[in-house]
Amino acid sequence: MEMPITKLRPDRADALGGRATRMLGAALPFLALLVVGVAFPLFGGGYWGVIATRACVYWVLVSGLNLVVGFAGQLAIGWVSLLTLGAYTTSVLAAGNVTPELPPYLALAAAAMAGAVFGLIIGLPALRLRTFYFAITTLGFATIVTQVALAWQSVTGGGVGVPGPIFPPPFDTQWGFYYFCFALAAICTWMTANIAASRFGRALTAIRDAEVAAEACGIAKPALLVTVFLFSGAVASVAGGLFASLQSYITPDAFTLDLSVLFFIAILIGGRGSILGPLLGTILLTVLPEFAAPLVAWSTFLYAVLLLVIVLAIPGGIAEILDFKNRRPLASNRAIVPRPDLLAGLFSTQSDSGADAGAEAGALRLEQLALSFGGVRAIDGLDLEIRPAQVHGLIGPNGSGKTTTLNVISGYYPPQRGAVKLNGVALPVLARHRRAHLRIARTFQTPRLVGAASVVENVMIGGTIDGAGTFVESLLSLPRHHGDEARLRDTAMLALAVVGLEGLAPVRADRLQHSELRFVEIARALMLRPAFLLLDEPAAGLSTEEIERLGALLAAIARAGTGVLVVEHHPDLIFDICHHVTVLNLGKVLAAGTPAEIRAHREVVNAYLGG
Amino acid sequence: MVESIVLSGVAIGCIYALIGVTYNVMFSASRVFSFTAGTLGMLGGVLGSLFIARAGMPVVVGFVLVLAVGALFGVVTEVVAVRPVLRSLEQHLYVLSTLALALMTQQLTAIEWGTESRPFPRLFDLARGGFDQQFWLPMAACIAVIVGLELLYRRTLVGRAFLAIAEDTYAARALGLPERRLRMASFALAGMIGALAGFAGGEMLLAFFGNAPMLTFYGFVPVALGGMGNNRGAVVAGLLLGLFQQAANFLVGGIFASVAVFAVFILVLLARPEGLAGAAVQRRV
Repeated sequence: MEMPITKLRPDRADALGGRATRMLGAALPFLALLVVGVAFPLFGGGYWGVIATRACVYWVLVSGLNLVVGFAGQLAIGWVSLLTLGAYTTSVLAAGNVTPELPPYLALAAAAMAGAVFGLIIGLPALRLRTFYFAITTLGFATIVTQVALAWQSVTGGGVGVPGPIFPPPFDTQWGFYYFCFALAAICTWMTANIAASRFGRALTAIRDAEVAAEACGIAKPALLVTVFLFSGAVASVAGGLFASLQSYITPDAFTLDLSVLFFIAILIGGRGSILGPLLGTILLTVLPEFAAPLVAWSTFLYAVLLLVIVLAIPGGIAEILDFKNRRPLASNRAIVPRPDLLAGLFSTQSDSGADAGAEAGALRLEQLALSFGGVRAIDGLDLEIRPAQVHGLIGPNGSGKTTTLNVISGYYPPQRGAVKLNGVALPVLARHRRAHLRIARTFQTPRLVGAASVVENVMIGGTIDGAGTFVESLLSLPRHHGDEARLRDTAMLALAVVGLEGLAPVRADRLQHSELRFVEIARALMLRPAFLLLDEPAAGLSTEEIERLGALLAAIARAGTGVLVVEHHPDLIFDICHHVTVLNLGKVLAAGTPAEIRAHREVVNAYLGG
Repeated sequence: MVESIVLSGVAIGCIYALIGVTYNVMFSASRVFSFTAGTLGMLGGVLGSLFIARAGMPVVVGFVLVLAVGALFGVVTEVVAVRPVLRSLEQHLYVLSTLALALMTQQLTAIEWGTESRPFPRLFDLARGGFDQQFWLPMAACIAVIVGLELLYRRTLVGRAFLAIAEDTYAARALGLPERRLRMASFALAGMIGALAGFAGGEMLLAFFGNAPMLTFYGFVPVALGGMGNNRGAVVAGLLLGLFQQAANFLVGGIFASVAVFAVFILVLLARPEGLAGAAVQRRV
């Protein structure tokens, strides 16, 4: 017996109460750590104070690096270079080697700024290079910075080193300095947790796991990564200043690659896309070697073993082990029951960004489009018009150029001839994320979602461009951030209700069935309130019943004013809902017309539909 | 002076090129860049010194043992760090698994062998001269490897099977090629080439655990600049890198030479991410 998911939906009041409970539940481990951290001087003494301070300093760096590695998925394995930079900048400025002596706070602030700039320089190659290349370049930076510190004797003291800064009272005692570092660590936790729960954090995970979909949602990878590198570089450099003060004297030897490995592995052991996991990972890796003196020499070896075990056995890390709620089994008799009647409500929601170009759009027109790959003509002189409030079907045998057509519209390939025009204006070539601002949304042949994020978070990614707050406002949890979040969440829940999946909103996306993922993608696309919606084989892998419901949903989306382009293989779906059908064969238009005309077209029947 | 710059530049360039070839042989078989390429070079030097200088083995026996350990390490890399992640949907896990294996080996060497550089024995009892064995050994090793690989790939059935796997794994498997065994063989071969690089360059680089990350980086430069999987490109780029580095070393000093190499590497890659000799790869959506 199938049960519509909407029936599972709890009452509104319960949902609100549930949300509060969930937030408290998520904050509880952090509050516990806060209490332990504040009370730590009561039970730990002497040496353990140094270890605790070190854990705080490391976390200040790791918290920022976590956004780069854990959220954006960039494998920055040489981040120790920024610790080195911050340590030397703070120490040299505070000691007055080159300038008049600066107060330690000012020196620390200067280090933060230098760190931001260098974080950007080290990060920039990530915008152009592949994973391994980027990992290698950060490794190169780590080696270079240490060598420069060794060679630039007049400033850094070379191999002899420089004294670290001493912070003025009350932070000059062991516990005073501990509380200073602890406070900074707590602030970093709070700030990065704010980012993690914002549209920026979700956009970063989208870049990590579904880059193509991120672009289709209007997420500009360069701008976002630049912001993250600036922030991450700044906090890493601050950590360097604290590290120098903790060490009281620094030489280039202190900044080994082992440290870099510790930072990097702490994040992976903790789990990507989590704040709590890497925090626990940092504490674990800092404390672990202290339990047994013989382990100190073996610590990096052990970290490496841990890394291998994590990669091979538990890729989700600590965060996955702690994720109890996603282990509850899901109902196995779920059915997707879309509610097209809710579309009007969804499309009338307003955004603050003023990017509502779709309200009165004309047609999206493909004019004499042509594109070859080597000698293969993928598209050869294609004319096609997608009108608002109509469903246009694009069919044809495999390899006839259907998906390629979608990819040209989305900006992945520049057409060699012809143009894609919206209201008579050609779309910018290769500026893929601009499509979302023009309210052109799309889905993919294989659903591209962030598996580790919840269903509702995945849908919220679709509305990333509709936020008003900036990265800094989210970092500091200012009112506009809360406004954005509340609105995005409400809209996403509405979009999920439209496709009939709101009951699965809190579930990790990688636990869903294939057909459900297809509807999640549609919900994500609807977040743009699209003027045009491009669907790449939305019915593939769906049951007959689901295809019927999909058809009704797409027809309703068109009635709401959206121009829909469907690339499909199921003739029934196409002939049921399309106003206009184009048949491609070998990149050329074989036939175009109303479904009735196509069904009667001799060549189409022979070549494709089968007589 | 020019002579010594050219000699040491070409010699060190040959070592970089060989590490680059090590990367390439592993990459061709698996589409994986392995962090263990530099580790193999380091092992070649350390084990050569261990077997010949410390254990007093004859040079030939030590050499064969070094190659055998290199091949074994290559196979271990394939089994432990590459095969398990190839099946995974997550594309970049190999970066982490091979990094973990490289770090483990490097750390183990640091603990068991020590963290200071130790001398590498002189392999042939010849007087030191201008064109010394420390220079011509890496060159000879590089030439031998390149010629050997060309013969293997062009003239033998096994070599053609390697090429088929590199070109299209699925098609090769469909043809009935034993893809897994060929991949293991490739990693064993890469292990021998990497160990040979470290062994032949032992006198220049010394037996030092820190050579692992150094070679991992400098050995990757020829791959990145010469184009992935392109051995000839790697040799040309490796020689250029060695000459450039040695020239900068003599002219402006070691630190700035490293900075200069690094800056050139980054700038070239940013301008041409596919390498100087590589072709752009279309992204698939």
